[in-house]
Amino acid sequence: MNAMLTVWWKEVRENLRDKRTVFSALIYGPLIGPVLFVVIMNTLVGHELKKSEGPLKVPVIGAQYAPNLIDALKRQGLVPQPPIANPDKAVRDRDADVVLRIPADFGKAWSKGEPAQVDLIFDASQMGAGTPRQRLEDMLQRYDRQQGALRLLARGLSPGIASPVVVSKRDQSTPQSRAGLAFGFLPYFFVIAVYIGGMYLAIDLTAGERERQSLEPLFANPIARWRILLGKLGAIGAFSLASLILTAVAFSIAGHLMPAEKLGMVFDLGPGFIGDAILLELPLVALFAVLETLVAAFAKSYREAQTYLGYLMIIPILPSILMSFMPVKPAHWMYAIPLLGQQIGVSDLLRGDTVSAGDIGLALVCGFAFAAIIGIVTAFVYRSERLAISA
Amino acid sequence: MIEVKNLHKAFGEVRAVDGVTFSARDGEITGLLGPNGAGKTTTLRMLYTLMNADSGQVLVDGIDAAADPIAVRRRLGVLPDARGLYKRLTARENIEYFARLHGIETQLMHERREKLVEALEMRDILDRRTEGFSQGQRVKTAIARALVHDPKNVILDEPTNGLDVMATRGLRAFMRNLKAEGRCVLFSSHIMQEVAMLCDRIVVIASGRVVADETPDALRAQTGEANLEDAFVKLIGSEEGLAA
Repeated sequence: MNAMLTVWWKEVRENLRDKRTVFSALIYGPLIGPVLFVVIMNTLVGHELKKSEGPLKVPVIGAQYAPNLIDALKRQGLVPQPPIANPDKAVRDRDADVVLRIPADFGKAWSKGEPAQVDLIFDASQMGAGTPRQRLEDMLQRYDRQQGALRLLARGLSPGIASPVVVSKRDQSTPQSRAGLAFGFLPYFFVIAVYIGGMYLAIDLTAGERERQSLEPLFANPIARWRILLGKLGAIGAFSLASLILTAVAFSIAGHLMPAEKLGMVFDLGPGFIGDAILLELPLVALFAVLETLVAAFAKSYREAQTYLGYLMIIPILPSILMSFMPVKPAHWMYAIPLLGQQIGVSDLLRGDTVSAGDIGLALVCGFAFAAIIGIVTAFVYRSERLAISA
Repeated sequence: MIEVKNLHKAFGEVRAVDGVTFSARDGEITGLLGPNGAGKTTTLRMLYTLMNADSGQVLVDGIDAAADPIAVRRRLGVLPDARGLYKRLTARENIEYFARLHGIETQLMHERREKLVEALEMRDILDRRTEGFSQGQRVKTAIARALVHDPKNVILDEPTNGLDVMATRGLRAFMRNLKAEGRCVLFSSHIMQEVAMLCDRIVVIASGRVVADETPDALRAQTGEANLEDAFVKLIGSEEGLAA
């Protein structure tokens, strides 16, 4: 026990003196997510608000054929722009989000009481064009319903006769659950903080020691190698845990910097969220520590280990990617699978839901069991003769 | 007391150590002499249980290294071929790390460290981080670190490698002192003068085998050469890899 603590303390102290490790484990890893999050959300929300509430500027071709329509749209907030020569090209080049074109025979069809056509020209694949298009469509529909109702009244009919079915939309999302939707990529930052938090230590403590030839004298001491390994894993875990706690706290603070009221969303990232998120991610601290050490044990040099661990970083991203392409219904068994359980659990927490103690327990038991298995494999690799020999 | 009996070790096709047998006694300096690649380092690595022998036996103070490697390591002070200090720690912290790994009490650790710092004349570098140490400073720190638990048996792999004349002389005096304290000192070298000057007993290794195990005088008599250098060349069969 004493020897393990000795190894642990020496590794922690030595790595606290390394600026690169401290920066990546305790600054870059935990803060990149929350900072990006605050910046992106604020920019995005500001941008969207401008498009959904500001005056809607749309180039109009043939405005002279439908002066009444244009007046009605103006009252709803449309600011007609001068017509442009090539509307198809303009929307493709993003010079305009949407273009309204009124054909020359609009007035003729209107006065005959036939459906009069207007064209909306847009590119659905252009990001950010959706909101202006939707607004213009809504304006046109409102005008359409209003004029239709007036025509029916003029013929002595109830406007209701033209609406046999009325659809009433009842959205069951709560402000929190809408926030969760926007937070979809957030669980990934927790995982990556745990991963990066321990990464440089894992490299340094195995591949680095081997490269600097200090593993051989260390193994000449009368300590079983698995004790040395446990001490080193403890040091990796300590940095990784520190990174995780900093991430949770940073996100909690980031919740206050969100334009929540503008979004009509509530971010409840209080102490309860911090505690549950850390508890849920805890098995990953152990899992990544053994996994990173195992990979580093196969590398002959620091640089080689760094390359391998770079490749390995794709693994924690997988659940996030899968979940965004194939939205699945969360089930209890998913908590038994490391990474997947963390992904859906933290998503739920962000949506304001609670994760049951049973689910957290399942994630803890299975995650730690998985870490223990990989730990045994790592201990086996640590016993190999080749590990200590650097040259 | 270190006893090595018929040790074998192969790496694939290469038989690095091919039946090595010798003893290193307490109160004596035993030299393992051989050209580069003769199997000296591999033999020593099996002694301090970093590697397992394919066959044969290693006994340290009568304890079988294969049966109880930790007890064997406790009785050994080892300066491996790889010196590997921790660059972000000071010399003092390097020494104290190993002392703690041996479970030495703080008070005793300070006493032992002070003794070694005096004997190795390393007071001036004690509180400097080892990054940027000269070769001599590194060896001193590595030796202090290896001997802080006061081992009865001392194994030094090419201890004077890369050292200047003054550092080499200092180290030789230190080794004679270890002998005077009654320890069993086993060191490897490819430098004949050094072995001849220091050793009570010389074990000559070539191509993984022991070709001679004698006192320097007996070695001269055995080969019929008055000069030790000629004696070695005759034993090894070539001049390759030996330094005067």
